[in-house]
Amino acid sequence: MPSVETRDLSKSFGRFAALSGLSLKLEGTKCVGFLGPNGAGKTTTLKLLSDMIFPTAGECFINGISVQQDRKRALADAGVLIESPEIYPSLTPNEALGMVADLRGVPPAERKGRIAKVLAEVKMTEWADEKVGRFSKGMKQRVNIAASLVHDPDVVILDEPSTGLDPRGMAEVRAIVRELKRSQRLIFMSSHILSEVVDICDEVALIDRGKLLFYDTLANVTARFAGGHSTVDAAFARPLPPEVVDARIRPLPGVAGCEQLDARRLRIRFTGGTDGQERLLEALVGLKLGVLSVAESESALEEIYLSQISRGD
Amino acid sequence: MATPLVPGRTTGRHVPGTFEQINKLARYQLREYIRSRRFVALAALIAIIGGITTALVAHFRGSLATDDLAFYGSLWGGGSTGVVIFSAVFFGGDAIAGEFSNKTGYFLMGLPIRRATVYTGKFIAAYLASLAMLGLFLAILLGNGAFYFGLSFLPWQLGASLLLVVVYLAAVLGATFLFSSLFKTAAYGFVLTAVLFFFGFTVIQALVTGLVKIEPWMVISYASSVVGSVFAPPVNWGIHPTIAQVMTFGGGTSTMYTAGIAEGIVIMVVYFVLTAVGGLLLFEREEFT
Repeated sequence: MPSVETRDLSKSFGRFAALSGLSLKLEGTKCVGFLGPNGAGKTTTLKLLSDMIFPTAGECFINGISVQQDRKRALADAGVLIESPEIYPSLTPNEALGMVADLRGVPPAERKGRIAKVLAEVKMTEWADEKVGRFSKGMKQRVNIAASLVHDPDVVILDEPSTGLDPRGMAEVRAIVRELKRSQRLIFMSSHILSEVVDICDEVALIDRGKLLFYDTLANVTARFAGGHSTVDAAFARPLPPEVVDARIRPLPGVAGCEQLDARRLRIRFTGGTDGQERLLEALVGLKLGVLSVAESESALEEIYLSQISRGD
Repeated sequence: MATPLVPGRTTGRHVPGTFEQINKLARYQLREYIRSRRFVALAALIAIIGGITTALVAHFRGSLATDDLAFYGSLWGGGSTGVVIFSAVFFGGDAIAGEFSNKTGYFLMGLPIRRATVYTGKFIAAYLASLAMLGLFLAILLGNGAFYFGLSFLPWQLGASLLLVVVYLAAVLGATFLFSSLFKTAAYGFVLTAVLFFFGFTVIQALVTGLVKIEPWMVISYASSVVGSVFAPPVNWGIHPTIAQVMTFGGGTSTMYTAGIAEGIVIMVVYFVLTAVGGLLLFEREEFT
């Protein structure tokens, strides 16, 4: 099972403690959002995981192999994208990915096919033979994402992959990460964009001032910090009269409250964490009210985020 | 191959060995150098210098090209070390610092590759790109030499000097990589190496000889004199320098040291080893903050 682990990880820059005793273990195939404000220690953690900087104390492991002891083996099955790297400008995406594939040991028989596949995934096939130096920031970032996937890794570490991109670029990167989730990997993605985390991630770890505040599933996090309640936003195909909400949705088992956001959208508070969410979804579908989607409420996570961050002020 | 962590995926892929990775990285890095503007600019500069040389030889043939030894001694012996320094500054000055400031290092360091592999691969690429420049300069001189003396009149000293230049290039590139490892800003590495090799070492050499009055064996530019002195008989092949008293403009005397060939080689090799190890150790400890 793919895994990423940090054990009592600390990093200081002079007197500034960027990270203090971070212990975090991620296992399985899922997407974990690494949340925190600017300067919280997210990028520091990911750089330590990829051996770009060295810990003051503690150790990191990828698939059980110590990054600090054996970076070559530890990073063999990991795809890493930290900040927004620059690719040698005279290389084309085909050549840049060829270099990555060669250095990673992708067999020659698979090499061409893998490069074509990841370029297609990031929608860069058309520019495969153009020099990277002419690309926009968004295009370079897509090639960077492709480079982190060219060897079909079990673990993907992404540091704010959509930062600095225009709205279209951000949406495209999110779509790429969502697609990655389907291919059974452990994705560890830092972000300070809550909607991105709610949209993509299964679990969330919140860090502030170098310390881990919590790590759990989104449903459990909202349940834990909202008096045992989780919150989802449900969208319906047809307008939902208030009397229908009162008569049919409020009485559902586990539902603690409903708030009509507009005629077709409802914010539902419920108990029971992930299991409760599953039961609620089944019940809503069973009511045949035209449910289009049920998604984690971004505002609930935002409230928790702000309350936890401000607690440290 | 290890058991896949995720069914259907090839996990535990065999990452190439260090030497294979060095070879592959050097190839891509060399491709980057060859396609770069600086490669074209330096090639153009050497072509211009070669053109000027050709014109000078044509004009002053009597004094510059009395015989093949004098011709190659004055032009190759004097010019090749300059080409080495230009090449080292162009290809090595920001080789390591640029990985930080241009953020290309962030692309490489996420790969399962040792820092020593990156350093060595880049060094080999810079070395080969510099050799290409030396080759261009040599080709221009050989063209001239063939015109005046024919290619059958190639002095063996040219071959010896070529070997010495190749060693000198390793020493100079080792030093430029070391200086480049001191910084995370490409411009700093570039400027420091340019200043040191174009002026600094020459000034230090003059000060050591003139003021301290000892042989400047610790200065790399001093060792480079063997590239030219191999053309001037009698050649001192030894480990000790040739010492001569020369008259100064004020009427006094000054001691002039010329490194023996073996001594020059030793200085250059020691420079290469110390700077290569020093630069590598610095790069191993630098953080991509």
